[in-house]
Amino acid sequence: MTARLEVTTPTDRDIRIVRAFNAPRDLIFDCYTKPELVSRWLLGPPGWSMPICEVDLRVGGRYRYVWRNGATGAEFGSVGEHREIAAPIRLVTTERMVLTAAPPPTEPTDGPDASVNTMELSESGGLTTLTLTMRYPSKEVRDLVAQTGMADGVGMSFARLDEVLAEASA
Amino acid sequence: MSYEMTPSQRLDATFSALADPTRRAILARLATGEASVLQLAEPFAMSQPAISRHIKVLERAGLISRGRQAQRRPSRLEATPLVEAAAWIERYRELWEANYARLDVLLDELKAIGAAEPRAQDPQRD
Repeated sequence: MTARLEVTTPTDRDIRIVRAFNAPRDLIFDCYTKPELVSRWLLGPPGWSMPICEVDLRVGGRYRYVWRNGATGAEFGSVGEHREIAAPIRLVTTERMVLTAAPPPTEPTDGPDASVNTMELSESGGLTTLTLTMRYPSKEVRDLVAQTGMADGVGMSFARLDEVLAEASA
Repeated sequence: MSYEMTPSQRLDATFSALADPTRRAILARLATGEASVLQLAEPFAMSQPAISRHIKVLERAGLISRGRQAQRRPSRLEATPLVEAAAWIERYRELWEANYARLDVLLDELKAIGAAEPRAQDPQRD
């Protein structure tokens, strides 16, 4: 049985994900911050791997993720900076998705499309609730980043879209 | 023209338009404010007619609108189709469900390792 995942938009600029895990929060914090662990789960749909995962876990330190599609060779990535590190309770990072190619190590982490991501972990009786809030500069940017991400890189194949559309018009 | 499409055709047009990296870059630029074709063409190694073709695709998908000033005709981002494609939240959920299902497996694995060799920083265990 899979735990329930909530996706909400608490404000026009935010996307929030809430999910419970049957694990202590220090392990979840590790899975979010240790590159050898991040690259094992933060992968999106089937077919994508994360060949590059670099994390400099210091305030002001950068991270860089590059995803690759094994079938098409397509690559995209995301870069950002650590703003606040309070292990294992809270992690604040910036994020800029680069959907057109693998971002190089020098890729700017800031831009009009960057978000501020706040992850909070609260633990009770061995169960940890993760709350991840992504805040964008505006509603337009949020919707655009979310949808372009879905349409391509992180996203679904068009075959999958066809299924959704078929269902919607049935 | 785009307003005569059915909702599913419009969603299809939106996603087709978004599937091209140049068009996404154009939209990202327009998210910061309106711009002329010349301004939009600037960062690309692409002819102005080629950029114009991309702009037409975005316009047909209703993702942008263009001003009527004869010379400049600045392009502007339109949020409406993006709102309509609110289906993105559902897809977002699917994506994160897949990620977190993998994280569950990894956490179980780490817990098993932790149980076998107690963590050094935990004074409760011995």
